[in-house]
Amino acid sequence: MLYFSRSKTILIFLTIGIGLLFASPNFFSKESLKNFPNFFPSKQVNLGLDLQGGSHLLLEVDTDVIINERIDNLTSDLRKLYREESLKISNIKIIDSSLKFKSASTAQSIINKIKDLSVTDSQNLLQVGSSSNLIVSVNNDDHIEILFTDEYKKLLTINAVNQSLEIVRRRIDELGTREPTIQRQGTSRIIIQVPGLEDPDQIKSLLGQTAKLTFQLVDQSVVFDPEKPDRAPVGSEVLPSDDNPDYKYIVKKRVMVGGENLVDAQPGFDPQTNEPIVTFRFDGIGAKKFGRVTQQNVGKPFAIILDDRVVSAPVIRDAILGGSGQISGGFTSDEANELAILLRAGALPAPLIILEERSVGPDLGADSINAGKIAAIIGFVAVILFMLFIYRTFGFFADVALIINLLLVLGVLTMFQATLTLPGIAGIILTIGMAVDANVLIFERVKEELRNGSSMINSIDNGYKRALSTILDANITTLIAAIILFFMASGPVRGFSITLAIGIFTSVFTAFTVTRYFISLRVRKMRSESVGLKI
Amino acid sequence: MNLDFSSKNISFLKVHIIGFVLSSILIVGSIISFLSFGLNFGIDFKGGTLIEIETKEDIDISQIRNALNNLSLGDIQIQEFGSKNDILIRIEQQSGGDKIQQNVVEIVKSKLDNDLDSAVNYRRTEVVGPKVSGELIQAGTLAITLAVFAMLLYIWFRFEWQFSLGAVLALIHDVILTIGIFCITQLEFNLPIIAAILTIVGYSMNDTVVVYDRVRENLRKHRSLIIEKLLDLSINETLSRTIITSITTLLALLSLYIFGGSVIKGFTFAMIWGVLVGTYSSIFVAAPLLKYLDVKRDWTSTSAVDSTRK
Repeated sequence: MLYFSRSKTILIFLTIGIGLLFASPNFFSKESLKNFPNFFPSKQVNLGLDLQGGSHLLLEVDTDVIINERIDNLTSDLRKLYREESLKISNIKIIDSSLKFKSASTAQSIINKIKDLSVTDSQNLLQVGSSSNLIVSVNNDDHIEILFTDEYKKLLTINAVNQSLEIVRRRIDELGTREPTIQRQGTSRIIIQVPGLEDPDQIKSLLGQTAKLTFQLVDQSVVFDPEKPDRAPVGSEVLPSDDNPDYKYIVKKRVMVGGENLVDAQPGFDPQTNEPIVTFRFDGIGAKKFGRVTQQNVGKPFAIILDDRVVSAPVIRDAILGGSGQISGGFTSDEANELAILLRAGALPAPLIILEERSVGPDLGADSINAGKIAAIIGFVAVILFMLFIYRTFGFFADVALIINLLLVLGVLTMFQATLTLPGIAGIILTIGMAVDANVLIFERVKEELRNGSSMINSIDNGYKRALSTILDANITTLIAAIILFFMASGPVRGFSITLAIGIFTSVFTAFTVTRYFISLRVRKMRSESVGLKI
Repeated sequence: MNLDFSSKNISFLKVHIIGFVLSSILIVGSIISFLSFGLNFGIDFKGGTLIEIETKEDIDISQIRNALNNLSLGDIQIQEFGSKNDILIRIEQQSGGDKIQQNVVEIVKSKLDNDLDSAVNYRRTEVVGPKVSGELIQAGTLAITLAVFAMLLYIWFRFEWQFSLGAVLALIHDVILTIGIFCITQLEFNLPIIAAILTIVGYSMNDTVVVYDRVRENLRKHRSLIIEKLLDLSINETLSRTIITSITTLLALLSLYIFGGSVIKGFTFAMIWGVLVGTYSSIFVAAPLLKYLDVKRDWTSTSAVDSTRK
């Protein structure tokens, strides 16, 4: 156990050397690292949001909204079908994303036509193979129930989440913050992590809106009646004003042009009133559509609608053929800026619900790092002194191993760019306490062997041999706990499991190679100089 | 200071009944306090909002209380956190789902910005909705159960079922006592505490394994020694190591508890408690339990099936 071949020695020092090399950038400032030669690693340890400050948001795409939207579309398609077939349809009810109604006929021919509705669905060409997306069943002779297939719902969800991810990414990129991470979690969730963000409210307000923009004509055939606030003619709907929810507009349901036809939107100021506005530009199709409608409706008002609220309802003075225009609606310049971002990034297919938010200000992060550093240094010094006190020379070797161990933990963390969090620092400090365990086990064995009358060299040799299986067993149990924690946890707590696990590997390595190597050197010296060694 | 216990011959098995009684009392006490006080769940598990603020000037905490009390946000806890100007505000989960929950932060921030005599620095905001908090409880419970089960399997694989059973009983003992102390002290029980409990599971196991390893070795070495003496011998032989490792771990943890800042105090407290309980349980629970579990005495045969029991 005390003999180290040349190749083994080289391997040990190489491992330590690489570890130290990767750990070293953490001891220099970012500025001075820039002046270092290229071969020198320049990556520093990756700090978690709780240490560098930042925001973590967990969002869920409200997929119910999408399913309900599809059901609404289906309902109008259904009405149209019955009109064309001159059949009576009544009692239409939507219950738990299923559509129930009373039908004048339940003949197979009409059932088949209903099934075909999903195939002719023109707006959203989501198809699962060539079969229908609908399950149509007849209850009580004249009632029909329509359900979406699970496959179709799943497809709708996946599509909506993919689209949402893309739009969330675009919106956050517009903010120009550095290195945001945006990931999908599970089927319908999105995790957003933005480091170094002072104000998470900005992101939340950006993501809190679906930003669905439409241009619709105002229905002038009726006047809004406050007594019957929900009453609107067929084909029209009542929508509130954006600045005053009590003020309602009746607008035609038909969308003239939608936000999907926008190619650009910029905040600006109205040259006459100096009021903040958003100017926009349509693509070719949008410009053509908008031109045609405005031409036909000169003198009539149209509504600019954002997320089902009427932002403004200007009167069309001339046909707008150039494909560009402006939205004014009593914005502040921040609001105009945000709206422009939202319009450029596009509308979300469904609202996002914030399930969890964790934000840490940068100064709390800095405080945590400092506290962690102080705690680590004091804990470290205490353990080092204690080991020296208990084991003298052997304790010194264990201490050297402990220092190397800590640097290795830092090196491995940096090399793999694992995230260091506050609980992660706690994990490192815990490692300081537990890392010496392997050495303690060995040294106690050596003492035992000495008491049994073995020579120092034999005792050391046997001590290492005998302690090995115990050390492995003892460390594997902690490793199992760390691995389970890694898979079950997220965020800062996961950082703890990472440092704990790394610490286990490095401490077994240092106890078994580094201390043993030093002791073997010492023993060789002892042989030649016959110096006594005490433990 | 002499930490060399190997020459001592402390008769742990003689007093093991006292240990068992003490442990039983503590376990029953923990269960009773769990049922009567319960855990003081943090927002991770209960849902709700947590805001840590720092006021630029000294202000009275009642000013914050007055500002927030008429917002009708339900139960609001306000406490100093580490220093006088550092204040922690906890607001209970709002009924009405995840969407309503999100508005709380905005409402509180604008109220504080307007009403307080000092500028406010928002150091930390955490909002956990009902969906996530429910999932976190499940995940936490699952993680601890899984860890204990994994230990059971590992020890079974490495030793014998008797050892595995003894170790896991000691482990459950440690977990119950840790949950118990959180019920009694009413310290906040949040996500990092689950991590602490898992670490305790690992640490306590680590301690137990070292003692068991020695028991197994002695079972091979001293075949005629009666089990009580053999267990005593094994505990004594490993006692120095048990104590030294506990001390180094505690030194590191105490440093973290004192200097590591307010955010992880609860987490460190749980671990300090866990190390104490884990060390106690490997000596006074795990090892003596082997006396009653009929451990295999004949280790000459490698196969466990055809081995003979004493």
